[in-house]
Amino acid sequence: MSDIKKFMFVNRKAPHGTIYALESLEVVLITAAFDQDVSLVFLDDGVYQLKKGQQTKGIETKNFSTTYRALEGYDIEKLYVEKESMDARGLTEDDLLVDVTVLTSKEMGALMSDQDVVLSF
Amino acid sequence: MLHIINKSPLTNGSFENCLRVAEAGEIILIEDAVYAATKGGALEAKVREVMGRYKIHVLMPDLEARGLADRLMDGVTAVDYGGFVDLVAGNKNCQSWL
Amino acid sequence: MPHIEVNGKSYETDEEGYLLNLAEWNMDVAEYIAKTENLNMTDNHWEVINFLREYYEEYQIAPAVRVLTKAIGKKFGPEKGTSQYLYELFPYGPGKQACKVAGLPKPTGCI
Repeated sequence: MSDIKKFMFVNRKAPHGTIYALESLEVVLITAAFDQDVSLVFLDDGVYQLKKGQQTKGIETKNFSTTYRALEGYDIEKLYVEKESMDARGLTEDDLLVDVTVLTSKEMGALMSDQDVVLSF
Repeated sequence: MLHIINKSPLTNGSFENCLRVAEAGEIILIEDAVYAATKGGALEAKVREVMGRYKIHVLMPDLEARGLADRLMDGVTAVDYGGFVDLVAGNKNCQSWL
Repeated sequence: MPHIEVNGKSYETDEEGYLLNLAEWNMDVAEYIAKTENLNMTDNHWEVINFLREYYEEYQIAPAVRVLTKAIGKKFGPEKGTSQYLYELFPYGPGKQACKVAGLPKPTGCI
């Protein structure tokens, strides 16, 4: 058990304009099989990935926003959002699809430094 | 003239770059740029301020995809794909701020 | 494009026989795919198939086997929440085989 490492996925892109958010989610789901200590971080435009009420019918793409709700079943329960990013976008925890921990920039920086591996999206 | 913006305004400079350069006319926000047309964020005041100079439109399917259809700022016009085509056709020329 | 014929209607599949359009799925198609997989569909098979379709509908992904096993156990009782039970129903892997019958894509991360 001593070889468990701390993995952090840093999500900084809005969900549908680029492929980053979906790619990150797929890597997260695959990584879940390896029983590591996984944290997901949503920063900057990344917080938009968790916005409730996304309807992609009109742009004819997969609505992967509901997949974030499946993460709990994959035992991925450490989800963090940065307060400053939320504030700048007029979002609150009530706007989000899943339960998260809200951190300040300072706390986020500390959490990031503490990781063994950081994967950036 | 029509200006087309498709990048998020808070992590990319193209929205502000467009405002710095563009003469009065029309702007359409598509893809990740639709975030610029939502209420409650850090950019709202800035967008309100430029509304006098520009007629601002937003592509509704892109806003819906991002779960923000109910947060569209007053004064911004929602258009569908057909409306987007009409804007392009109705203007003398257009610039995409890629 | 590869395809299968069921009751005179043609359904597009990928090279491995997974339906391309999950909206086209119906029970006859499921029975047909099951036969090509040498599966004899029982109520227990259908329970898993229907569960997978509901899971996909809600989360837009097919669950990993580990996640499926846990969720089946929670919903239908611990005696069914084991990989042994699921492999007895779907010997070539509950992820791969059951998803195919259910008309879903292969689970993410499924080898």
